[in-house]
Parts: sequence; C-alpha cells; structure tokens
Amino acid sequence: MNIDLNLILPEIFLSLSIMSLLMIGVFKKNSSNLIFNLSILTLFILAALILNLSSVNKILIFNNSYVIDDVANFMKILTAISAIFVLSISTDFLKSLKIYQIEYPILILCSILGMMVMISSNDLIVFYIGLELQSLALYVLAAFNRDNVLSSESGLKYFVLSALSSGLLLYGCSLIYGFTGSTNFNEIANNTNQVPYGLTFGIVFILVGLAFKISAVPFHMWAPDVYQGSPTSVTLFFALVPKIAATCVFIRFLYVPFVNMIEQWQMIIIFISIASMIFGAVAAIGQKNLKRLIAYSSIGHMGYSLAGIATGSSEGAQSTIIYITIYVIMNLALFCCLFMLKRNNEYFENIEDLSGLSKNHPILSLSLLIILFSLAGIPPLAGFFAKFYIFMAVIEQSMFFLAIIGLLSTVVAAFYYLRIIKIIYFDPSKEKYDSNHSLGLRISLIVSTIFLVFYFTYPNSLLGIISKINII
Amino acid sequence: MNIPILSSLIFLPTIGAIFIFFSRSKNEKYNSSKYVALFITIANFFLSIYLWLIFDQSTSDFQFVETREWIPGFINYKVGVDGISILFIILTTFITPICVVSVNKTIKSRLKDFLISILLLETLMIGVFCSLDLVIFYLFFEGGLIPMFLIIGIWGGERRVYSAFKFFLFTLLGSVLMLVAIISIYWLTGTTDVEKLYEIGIDAKYQNLLWLAFFSSFAVKTPMWPVHTWLPDAHVEAPTAGSVILAAILLKMAGYGFIRFSIGLFPLGSEYFVPLVFILSLIAIIYTSLVALMQEDMKKLIAYSSVAHMGFVTLGIFTLTQQGLEGSIFQMVSHGLVSAALFLCVGVVYERMHTRLIKDYGGLVSIMPKYAIVFMIFALGSLSLPGTSGFIGEFLILMGAFKKNFLVATVASVGVILGAAYILWLYKRVIFGKIKNQEVTKMLDLNKYEILILWSLAVPIIFFGFYPEPLINTMEVSINNLIDMYNSNLSNNIVMSK
Repeated sequence: MNIDLNLILPEIFLSLSIMSLLMIGVFKKNSSNLIFNLSILTLFILAALILNLSSVNKILIFNNSYVIDDVANFMKILTAISAIFVLSISTDFLKSLKIYQIEYPILILCSILGMMVMISSNDLIVFYIGLELQSLALYVLAAFNRDNVLSSESGLKYFVLSALSSGLLLYGCSLIYGFTGSTNFNEIANNTNQVPYGLTFGIVFILVGLAFKISAVPFHMWAPDVYQGSPTSVTLFFALVPKIAATCVFIRFLYVPFVNMIEQWQMIIIFISIASMIFGAVAAIGQKNLKRLIAYSSIGHMGYSLAGIATGSSEGAQSTIIYITIYVIMNLALFCCLFMLKRNNEYFENIEDLSGLSKNHPILSLSLLIILFSLAGIPPLAGFFAKFYIFMAVIEQSMFFLAIIGLLSTVVAAFYYLRIIKIIYFDPSKEKYDSNHSLGLRISLIVSTIFLVFYFTYPNSLLGIISKINII
Repeated sequence: MNIPILSSLIFLPTIGAIFIFFSRSKNEKYNSSKYVALFITIANFFLSIYLWLIFDQSTSDFQFVETREWIPGFINYKVGVDGISILFIILTTFITPICVVSVNKTIKSRLKDFLISILLLETLMIGVFCSLDLVIFYLFFEGGLIPMFLIIGIWGGERRVYSAFKFFLFTLLGSVLMLVAIISIYWLTGTTDVEKLYEIGIDAKYQNLLWLAFFSSFAVKTPMWPVHTWLPDAHVEAPTAGSVILAAILLKMAGYGFIRFSIGLFPLGSEYFVPLVFILSLIAIIYTSLVALMQEDMKKLIAYSSVAHMGFVTLGIFTLTQQGLEGSIFQMVSHGLVSAALFLCVGVVYERMHTRLIKDYGGLVSIMPKYAIVFMIFALGSLSLPGTSGFIGEFLILMGAFKKNFLVATVASVGVILGAAYILWLYKRVIFGKIKNQEVTKMLDLNKYEILILWSLAVPIIFFGFYPEPLINTMEVSINNLIDMYNSNLSNNIVMSK
C-alpha cells in the first residue's frame, strides 16, 4: 500500500497546527491574540495547500475510503475561507463579551478538520468520524459563553438533539452496511441494484440525520433556539461553515452510494425542500429577534439548496454548490452588519433596534438594503442568480411543481426581508451606534457587499469555476 | 459606426447615479446633485432623439444591436431597438428630466438618495425596452422594483408602508411565474434570444401555458382588473415624481411586454386567450371608470383612470390588427404624457394646500387662471378630444376593435363616454364653481418651473394630436412585420394540424 501523503497534506497540516497551537496557548500566558492570528494564518496556509491539490483529478486513497476530487477541494477551500472571515470579524465581539480565549479558535479549527474529513469521506465510518469531530467542537462552541444561561441552554439543546440525530445516522449506516455488505460508498452503489426495504430505511435514517445537520424542515427545531442563544460569533459560524460541509455530504451521499436509488430518495428530498422553503418563509414573518430570523431564513435557504440536489442531475448539484457559496457570502455580510450594531460595548440583536438606521448610518443601511434584497432574491443582485441557477436545474428536469412552489415562497420570504428594510428606511430613527469598528469587519462587509452588487456584471466568475467541477 | 449607443443610453443614468453617490455635499439643499441629475437626464434625452433621427424607419429588423457574451454559451447581453421600442425609450428619457425638475419642492428630505433612485430607475426602464434577451429583460424588469419600492416607501404619504409592500409583493408574485416560463423556454428551445425565438417559434402545445405565465406578470404590471388594486394605493402614497414615473413608464413596460413577448413569441397562445383579455379589458374600462367617478381623492381618481386607459391598451393590442396595435402604442405614449401631466397638476395644488380631496377645492379658475388652462388641456387629452394625442390612440383602438368584434367595440365605446364624465366632473369640481374653502384664495398661480414642466408636456400632446405621422411612421413597419409573423404562424399551425 503506497499512499502519497501529499494528498492529505492539508489535513495533516491542520491537525499538527491544532496541537501546536494548543500547546502554545496553554504554556504562554495571555496569548489569545497570538493564537487568533496564528489560527487565521493556519487557515490561509490550509487554503493554499488545498488549492495546490486542485490539479489532481479524482483520487481515492486509504482503501478507497478517502476521496480527493474537485468537489471536495472547492468545498474545503470555501470552508477555510469562510472560517477566516468568521474569525477575523468576530474578535471585537468576543472581546466585549470577555470570551476572547485561546480555546475559541482552536475549537473552530477542530471542527474544520472534522468537516474536511466529512467532505472527503468515501466510506461510512470515515464519514462518521468526521461528523463527530466537527459536532463535538460545535457543542462546546454553542455553550462557549458559559456564564450566560441562554448560551448554556443552547449548547445543551444542540448536544442532545444532535446526539439523537447522530444516533439515527449511525443506525442508518448500520442498516446500509447490513444490506449491502460494505461501508464503502462505491461498493454500496454497486450492491444496490435491487432495493430491499431495509435499505430504504437506511437511506431514510441517513437523510434524517443529514437534514438535522443542515436544519431542514422537519428537523429544524433546534436551529432558532441555538442561533439565538449562542454568542453571535458562534451563530455566524453555525450559519455558514457546517452548512457547507453538510451540503457537500448530501451531494456525495446521494450521488455516489445511493445514485441508483434515486426513486427512493428523490421524493424525500423534494418534500424536505418544499417544507423548508415554505416553513422558513412563513415562520420568519413573526420574528422579533434578528438571530432567530436568520435561523428561519437559513432554513428556507437550505430548502432552495436541496431543490438543486433533488433533481439528481449534475447541473442540479452544481447549482447547489453555487447557491451555498452565494448564501455564505450573503450571510457573512449580514452578520458583519449585526456586529456593527454596538453601543457602549453592548450588542443589539432585535429587529426594532434597526429602526431608522438609515438616518445615522447611511453606508451601513445601504449595505443592509443590498444584502436583504439579495437574500430575497431580487435581480440584479447575487442572491437572484443563486436562485436562478437552482431553478434552471429544477426546470430542466421538468419539476415544475417544485419550481413554482419555490418561487412562490420567495414572494412570501420577500415580505419579511422587506419588513426589515422598512424598519431601517421608513421608521423614525433612534440613538446612534458606535462607529469605531475594526478594520477586518469593515473590509469583510465592503468586500462581500460589493460582490453581491457586482456579481451580475461577470457571473462567469463563479459559474466558470463550478461548472468545471465533475460531480460524480 | 461603433459607438454602443444603446448601452450608453442605458448606463449613462447609472454613471450619473454613481457620481451623485460619491459627491459629498455638506450643503443641506444638495443643489449640485440636482443639476447633475438634470444634466444627465437631458443629455440622455438628446441622445435618444439622436437615436430616433438616425433610426431607419423602412426596416422592421432590430437596429443598433449590441451583443456581448455574458454567461458563456448560455445568455448574451443583447440589446437593440425596432420601431416599437424606440418610442418607449424616447418617452422614458423625456419623462425622467421632468421628474427631476419636479422634485424642486416636493422632496423635502434626502434629495440625493431620491435622485439616485430616479436615475437607477431610468437605467432599468430603458433596459427593459431595449433588451433582446429574455433573461436580460427579466433582470431589468424586476430590478425596477427596488428603486420604486424605496421611492414609495421613503418619500411617500401616510400609508406609504402598506402601499410600498403591496406594490412590491403584487408585482413580484406576478413575475416569478414569468421566470419559470423563461427558464422553460430556454430548455425547450435552447436559447433565450428574442430574435432567434422569433425565427424558431415555440412548440404549439406549450404556448398556452407559457402565455399564461407571462400574462400573470404583465397583467399585474399593466394593471388589469382584478389585480389592479395595488395601483391606486401606490399612486396615492407615492410622491409626485414617483406617481409620474409609475403612470407614465412603469405601466407601459407591461404593454410593451404584451406586444414584444406575448404576441411575438406565443401567437397561438395569444389567439387562444383573446376572449379572456377582451373580457378583462372591458371590465377594466367600464368598472374602473365607474369607480373613478366615485373617488374623492384626486390622485386616486387619476389612478383609476389609468387602469381604464390601460384597459383600452390591452384591448387594442389583442385585436391583433394593424390599427389596434398602432392605436395601443399611440395610446401608451399619449397616456404616458397625459397621466404624467395630470399627476403633476395634482402635485401643484397639493404642494399649496396639502390636501388631495376634491371637496377642498373649487373655484380655482379665478385664483389660478394659468393652471386652469393647462389642466384643461390635460383633461381634454385624457378624455381623448379630437386634436389631442389621446384621440388618435383611442380612435385607432376602437377601429381595430370594430374590425374584430362589434360587441366588444360597442362596450368599449361606452367607456369613452364614462372617461369623459369622470374627468370633466373632476375638472368642474376643482376649477369651476364657487370658492368654498377660504384657503384656496391664498394659493399662488404657477411659478416658472411649473409652467415649463406642464407646457413641455402639453405641447407634444397637442402636436401629436394634430400630426401623428412621426410616431405612426416610426412604428408602422415593425407592426406590419409583427402582424405578418403572427398571421403566418397561425396559418402554418392550421395547416399542420390538418
């Protein structure tokens, strides 16, 4: 067995960095700043290392249990880059909550390692190891502000429910193993020419577990509470990074081991997708807390991204990847704005706090306007193109029902985004917020907003990269 | 000649908007940005006039076509004009500077943002009329929602929030179905290029559904009965300049869409649904005219009259005759001028009295004689008196309608009478009669800006009423071609089905 270790150099590098950072952090006093900066540097190097692998076509290593291909590389780079943004914009927030500790970046790195394993897994066991690694880190992160009751509650809630879903997932995996005789994705695919009921149950259990991870309806109950309770910087991480990995795993499961069983899973995915789109749109209407609202809106967005996968075509999977990329950028920008709602070291997260923002903070409100219209999917902003590609793929497969429901629910969803815009622009103004934000926060907001506005001038920038990705 | 004249027309206002965005004037009056906006829009108007002069009226092909690869192998940025769209472009570039001048007093706060919105809206509106690709068209068509939402919501009246939401959600709901149809067309034919689609044609069995999807969008935007309810709200709450743009141009995008896409792409669908459009148009004409009679708010009355006039337009378009189509386009241009002028007239008295209720006025003729004269011209234009542009439009539409269906035309003619009734009654109550409200006596007559704006609208209304040749000549060949294409499509299909 000769394995070229270069291929998993990024993972090796990340593990070693985590260990050494932990050592530095433990033995050097007051090293939070250093660890934060080193973590960001680590992620940069990680992204560069993955980019270096992108010339590699599809390669299977470790007895075909680990796969390096275009999808994996793209998703890993996206994960690393969004984690860089997450770390660099949340420092101010962590400082003011007095939880600016060395464990924070290290836990994030741990969960990223888990995600990388998930993304590259080609075997049920490897997949499960990655999943648990990222989940364990996330449990701790959710409860990171341990003196805060809400944060502890959300950590516990997330732990209990996530453990339940992991249990279901594991049960599904064992059923699959029992009926196909293998844990390897490719071999599972070869052994699914006939579909006994047990196998269908296995798929259902696995899909339930995965749907839980991306908070799709009807397994979304944890999301609003956890999003609201966790510190905002952790919410930001929750809203972006695990979704990337989970979407990738969704694509990999449905397109590799279960590719022959599309009749079994297609209806399930369509149902989850439609339910998420409608529920996300309707339930967000009554929300008063911005973080809760973001939770519901992300439920809706996950519905759209699943619609792409539900087609079962490689265009569909590509459109999902585009969707998740633009979704990450939009939410990143939205959270930047959330971090800017600060007055005397106190952060505001109710929608009412945005009242009349445009009088005192014209630039911030303009960014919010663009971000919210983009989330609502109004052309010519990037959010429209994300939905456009999804519906291109959906209609190509003549799934008109899904397309029409999806587009109608964007109209409902537009309502609650408009409501925020109304509060920002039409309502009377309140006290001014602080305007001394850190450079990283400002740059992140400006870069992501400019991307959202000017994406339409050169849509090929993203499409060109992703359309080259070979899904299967 | 290699100057991309259409792209310049489309993006010049955007450049102006960006310029205004970055110009930081500490001066509270923001005077400079107003002149920038005025300069840009007037330059754009002259550019469009130049376009009209060099436009070749003898061909029905698209001219000044620009094609650029946008999403490789999928969508091209393609713009071009023919005899139909060029008229709408000129209408747009003509109305926008008038809006910019009219903000003089009406917009009290955040003038800079308002001008940026107006300029961006101009870009999007010209884009709608130029685009020769369905996806590009959709981008421009939908993009207009954002600035208009803000114009109504930020600078509107008391119930602005409700109106802005209603406007936004109604229009969005209509157009998402159009998006489904556009994507379906791409998968059916492999292209979204309008010119190519005209050649290829669309499979007969899908045409009805696709027609309905496009119809849902255009019917909301037109607006046709029964989805017209957003329009009175939006008009009443929008600031004057917003109402003007809404009535004069945004509504015309739907009429243009009917001609370019519904008839051009789905001839069989159009033929099949002619009775539906006729019935809805007749209801719009009769019902909304009656509703207009009962209004107490001037802006609302004019808004309902817009619905009725647009009913004539849709009726004319779907007579699918030379006269009907020419009349519809003429009527759209004419209504663009007349309704813009009427809203400005309401704006003039609203600025002075801060009320739009008809009963608060009366006897203005002795206080504001200049105002009474221009208002008279516009009222007569609205009821389509011979000698105004409105007459030519409605006359041609009714001619087309009589050709197609006697009953429909007769009912529509009743609408003309009702149209005269509500507008003359409005005029009588506001201008004539005794002065009941003592506040009225304090009102000043038109200032020089208002005279300039209103007369610049009155002149073309009278001019085209007496001399419609320039407009008719410009569109004639294109319409002939459209009708020929339509008829040949129909006859081909009959041959095939036999």
